[in-house]
Amino acid sequence: MKPFKTLDAIACPLPQSNVDTDQLIPARFMKRSRADGYGGFLLYDLRFDENGEPKTDCPLNDTIRQGAQILVSRRNFGSGSSREAAVYALVDYGVSCVIAPSYGDIFASNAVNNGLLPAVISEEDCEALLAGLQDGADTATVDLEALTIRCANLVVPFTVDPVWRTKLLNGWDDIDLTRSHSEAIAAFAAADRERRPWMQPNRPTTAKPEA
Amino acid sequence: MPGIDAGGGKTLFDKVFDAHVVVRREDGQCLLWIDRHFLHEGSFHAFNKLKDRDAEVTRPDLTFGIEDHYVPTRTRDLSKIDPAIRGMIEQLRGNSERHGLRLFDLDDPGQGIVHVVGPEQGLTLPGLTMVCGDSHTATHGAFGAIAFGIGASEVAHVLMTQTLWQKKPKRMRVTVDGTLAPGVTAKDIALSIIAKIGADGAAGHAIEYAGSAIRGLSMEGRLTLCNLSIEAGGRCGMVAPDQTTVDYLRGRPFAPQGEAFEAAAKDWLALASDPDAVFDREVLFDATEIAPVVTWGITPEDASPITATVPDPEQIADPARAAQVRDALDYMDIRPGQSLTDIRIDRVFIGSCTNSRIEDIRAAAAILAGRKAKVPGLVSPGSMLVKKQAEEEGLDRIIRDAGLEWVDAGCSMCVGMNGDLVPPGERCASTTNRNFRGRQGPGSRTHLMSPAMVAAAAVTGHLTDMRQLMREPVSAGN
Repeated sequence: MKPFKTLDAIACPLPQSNVDTDQLIPARFMKRSRADGYGGFLLYDLRFDENGEPKTDCPLNDTIRQGAQILVSRRNFGSGSSREAAVYALVDYGVSCVIAPSYGDIFASNAVNNGLLPAVISEEDCEALLAGLQDGADTATVDLEALTIRCANLVVPFTVDPVWRTKLLNGWDDIDLTRSHSEAIAAFAAADRERRPWMQPNRPTTAKPEA
Repeated sequence: MPGIDAGGGKTLFDKVFDAHVVVRREDGQCLLWIDRHFLHEGSFHAFNKLKDRDAEVTRPDLTFGIEDHYVPTRTRDLSKIDPAIRGMIEQLRGNSERHGLRLFDLDDPGQGIVHVVGPEQGLTLPGLTMVCGDSHTATHGAFGAIAFGIGASEVAHVLMTQTLWQKKPKRMRVTVDGTLAPGVTAKDIALSIIAKIGADGAAGHAIEYAGSAIRGLSMEGRLTLCNLSIEAGGRCGMVAPDQTTVDYLRGRPFAPQGEAFEAAAKDWLALASDPDAVFDREVLFDATEIAPVVTWGITPEDASPITATVPDPEQIADPARAAQVRDALDYMDIRPGQSLTDIRIDRVFIGSCTNSRIEDIRAAAAILAGRKAKVPGLVSPGSMLVKKQAEEEGLDRIIRDAGLEWVDAGCSMCVGMNGDLVPPGERCASTTNRNFRGRQGPGSRTHLMSPAMVAAAAVTGHLTDMRQLMREPVSAGN
């Protein structure tokens, strides 16, 4: 995974709360292969009308927001389903950082696993950033080392879980790290079998319980 | 219980979590052992990651495949369905076969929705860590397990290592004391909690549900309650195991059998928060104040008792919340001040991992019996075993006689992936878990409520207080 240190890019306001994962990528697109890219499906029903024409009231369709890599939104961004496809849609569209006061837990975790920074800011700073962008600011600078966001004449702090920060700064992948603990895992499994013999599923010959 | 530190001041969550820690890092990250891993058709991204690494499933014996998200409900013949949807089911079959996984496929008498099948088969047990690439995995916490939804990268990680890196979340206790009024259910408790604390009110927290009203719930009710933990933003929800839990599990095929079961039950019943356990947050509810609840907006926090009116954004002081409500009413096409019972509906759906178990079907049938639905609707039992039992009890006949469609088990119209959709612009009274914009189909409008409330809406054609249609007292808490 590519390390994330600083990002100086076009920023787009999305002044809504509860932008859920069903909106980030509607379920009907999730049968597609990731190889084709999910960027075209990002916020599809918000960006396009029934005829597939871009909606003029969607900020992502504004000329000055084309190529946005930063999204600023209101509370509870990414709530809902665990579909990592919501993050794939953002990443494939080109977004590397979302800024909001709070996130769905599973979304935030999925984001970090794909190198996307879920930056947490206060409600007050969020409103100031949204206002700045809606007043015409078109870029923002996110510094993950310094934990600051600059946009027009604003400088606001943000937070991110320290473990996630380290992971993003280094572009680490969990699986390689976990494999370095394979002996500890095997030892745990062996001891656990003694401690909790009932954990192992029974293997029925027929499976017909009552509902 | 053996393997679980019984030191003082620990919550139920702490006890189960600590017993699964393989490695604890200085920064607080813990490598957690995972006891059960469920996969559905959406797991293809994770299997592709395995393929990229040429990796195998490390514990196929703890990994179970279940066909639910994309399965057709009106036929079991895959040659008759959309090839793109069929492809999703075939991918899971291929991956399960390749890695030697037990798969509950469409031909299996136990097939159904993962969060219905797990408990029903005895795969869900107290004290386990359980994961699935589905946010409603929180459901299984009803048994005192730590169960939570994960994304595809994490699914791949569990497949390859049977572990997951986690930081211990904060602990929150929701206590509901008192007796529920007749007709008030676990769904109403859950929606009342979400309306009070918000759709992100439990973000970063593991919830434990406690109190006499919770103890009084059946396993089905507890499953509904824990299922909706994610709609309050909670990482997971749990209820401490008790005799209700043990009685439910005895004789389930994948649960321990005979003496092994009795020994396990002793361990399970010892699992509870210590009297002096400290929670990061406590929320209290009075069960007697909870009425049947419906949602009127586009997040589950937009919920009110059926006796209320649609809120007026002009009366809301917080400008962000007022804007959100305005937006919701606009999408839902309802007016401020309108009585909730005046909202007409076009369709109903009874099903999903939230409310599709046998008690849910019984509750709906009790209202539908001898009546006709004014709108079309679909009833999809949570598993083929629920379906069989309901048919043995004659509930399918009541449902069909009322004019509703009785179909096979799957996620169906909750998420619409299989093509069971609410048409654009239509309004659906639904027993599901999410009233998000377009969740049940592009342009669809969803009102969430309990199965009996959906049945009542079907009969009258508008949102209705089911208590007006009750013929005799319904046992509380089901």
